[in-house]
Amino acid sequence: MSLLDYLLPYDFSPLTILSYMLVMGFYGVGLIRMPEQDRPGSLRIFAFTLGVLICYAVMQTRFDYYAQYMFFVHRGQHLILHHIGPILIALSNPLPVMRFWFAKISPGWRHTLRPLGWVYNVLQQPFIALFLFVGLIYFWLWPSIHFDAMLSRDLYWVMNWSMLLDGLLFWWLIFDPRPPAITSSLGYGRRMLVLAAAGVLQMFLGAWIVFSRDMVYDVYEVCGRAWPLDPEVDQLLGGMLTYIPPAMMSILGILLMLRRAMHQDGKYTNQSKQLEETAS
Amino acid sequence: MRTRFWRQRTNIISATLTLIAALLLTGCFGNDEEDWNGKNISGLMPELEFDLINSQGKSVSGDDYSGRVRMLFFGFTSCPDVCPTALQKLNQATSGLDPALQDEVLTLFVSVDPKRDTPERLAKYVDFFGDNIVGLTGKEPQLRELAKRYRTTFGYDEPDADGNYAVSHSSAIYVFDPEGNPRLLMRPDLSGEEIRHDLAALIQEDA
Repeated sequence: MSLLDYLLPYDFSPLTILSYMLVMGFYGVGLIRMPEQDRPGSLRIFAFTLGVLICYAVMQTRFDYYAQYMFFVHRGQHLILHHIGPILIALSNPLPVMRFWFAKISPGWRHTLRPLGWVYNVLQQPFIALFLFVGLIYFWLWPSIHFDAMLSRDLYWVMNWSMLLDGLLFWWLIFDPRPPAITSSLGYGRRMLVLAAAGVLQMFLGAWIVFSRDMVYDVYEVCGRAWPLDPEVDQLLGGMLTYIPPAMMSILGILLMLRRAMHQDGKYTNQSKQLEETAS
Repeated sequence: MRTRFWRQRTNIISATLTLIAALLLTGCFGNDEEDWNGKNISGLMPELEFDLINSQGKSVSGDDYSGRVRMLFFGFTSCPDVCPTALQKLNQATSGLDPALQDEVLTLFVSVDPKRDTPERLAKYVDFFGDNIVGLTGKEPQLRELAKRYRTTFGYDEPDADGNYAVSHSSAIYVFDPEGNPRLLMRPDLSGEEIRHDLAALIQEDA
């Protein structure tokens, strides 16, 4: 197989390629056309591009072939779509670019798009966001659902896209750079609670897969593996990828939130006191 | 004011959760109406379609065998255990059927090892496993396309000193109804009787 075969999609999806092109196009054009003082630094641009590129790579290159026929590669794919890619994108804080484009939308359109904002606000309720984030992992790993998702091309695409979109929503809620003291973003305490809960719930599932003696996901057995790997090793590796990295990412997220909270401690209190004084 | 706001909010949250839970329950745990031994794959996979050559060396397509219940199985003739066991089991399942029904079922054995499995060799091999079985093969890209269509794959091991090599392939049997719609996926651990029960139900459902 040539290098090109590895880079070209295994299962070509025009809609997926178009979506990625639009995201990168809007980001790039926004960067060039926005005022210089708003423009994110090169590290942030790099983080955004890397996040988008790795998500694209696991969906539209040869990686997807191995993800379809190996359980542990599939777990790696979801680790990137639901965790690492969205984390990089959220940490890169693309808000200035989004604000730039938002300002270009005509008021009429803004009015039509309003329901989207309401849906977004409901989805970003901390409890609903947590339920969706962990629920989707459990849902797609439910053995009978997982079997169907790996057999049906349509379900497979729904699975991967739902993981990516939910990953973006969740990690944006967690890493929202706007300080909660003066904006509507979620408070740091709640962010840390959500992260801890998500970590523990994922560890239950991962541990269950790792310590299962039986074959839980036999679809890879039935439909053939990409190469002859021992099924138990495949399940063990896949379980470990569900168990350890997500738990580590929850802890890293909590540490990052602690750092931000300590950094901002006392920063906005004077301001709110002043506000109180003027109000009274 | 504040408590009322929160009460409203909790109402919305609990209503949403109940709705999601209801959707999950009806979606995941709803039982199949019919009592199949195999796994129901209606709607999950595309209709039976292929472009291959048969054991007489003629090119054939899915339509050439329509009008019968078809069981699609991937394998290769040098296969040491999985394929002979499965084909034996399928032969046992079909030969145990009511004689009037036996001609309503056809096994399509697709060899994914076209390098070694010439049409002649394939013909000799499938004849050993009964009458209602057809050997099919093709060029590797054609076989890859068919495998991809049914969400499976195959691979070749490194050849040993004698040039023999193992081929990894799907162990499932895909069952299509006479119109070519995907219906069942038989796991290899099903018994001949269990397969026969499903086949009889499938044939009689259309009669």
